[in-house]
Amino acid sequence: MIKILFFAALRERLDCEQYLLNSDGQTMPVTDILEQLKSLSDNWQHELSRSDLLCAVNQQLVPLHTTVKDGDELAFFPPVTGG
Amino acid sequence: MSVFVAVQSDDFCLASEYHELRRNAACGAVVTFSGLVRELNDTALYGMTLEHYPGMTEQALIDIAKQAQQRWPLGAVRIIHRVGTLKPIEQIVFVGIASAHRAAAFAACEFIMDYLKNRAPFWKKEHTANGEYWVDAKASDQQALTRWE
Repeated sequence: MIKILFFAALRERLDCEQYLLNSDGQTMPVTDILEQLKSLSDNWQHELSRSDLLCAVNQQLVPLHTTVKDGDELAFFPPVTGG
Repeated sequence: MSVFVAVQSDDFCLASEYHELRRNAACGAVVTFSGLVRELNDTALYGMTLEHYPGMTEQALIDIAKQAQQRWPLGAVRIIHRVGTLKPIEQIVFVGIASAHRAAAFAACEFIMDYLKNRAPFWKKEHTANGEYWVDAKASDQQALTRWE
């Protein structure tokens, strides 16, 4: 299982905080997971196609081609605006 | 070097933070920055809510402090960032640096704020007279990183 978290504006637009993806014990690139999520609806397709989408694996910022495995925590969020 | 980071809903006290930064007698310079909730130009701001990614946020701040340590000789770094709902002129963020000399302390303080604004997973939502809006990331904040490359 891969735990997928969404934050801030993205969480609100998807109306989803957390999504559990059954990975069948396989490793896969984040880009593949994104494609699976985009197929859920037109809204998910739109929101997850944003060019400024950021991604973290196990709480580290990573590029979208990073590979994830069973048990990993994946997160998607918009550009950060703290400070 | 000592590093202290905190992500908290409670306010922080500048005097207490300054006191902590003065503990190392090898450090002759202390630079502090505090960021506040400011009013908007075009509409009334009632306040803002700061969301974050628990766990990742703290680690990101520690990483940024360590990057600063690799660039400059620092005695202490303290970073505090508040989350939750804040009103205008409330304190949002504190960065404090102690170093032997002022040049390193000034530079490290700016470096940490520039990286915090681009790398630490915080998001601001403004509550205004016209409604609630997520704050967009500024190109100027991203541009600010180029001076450290």
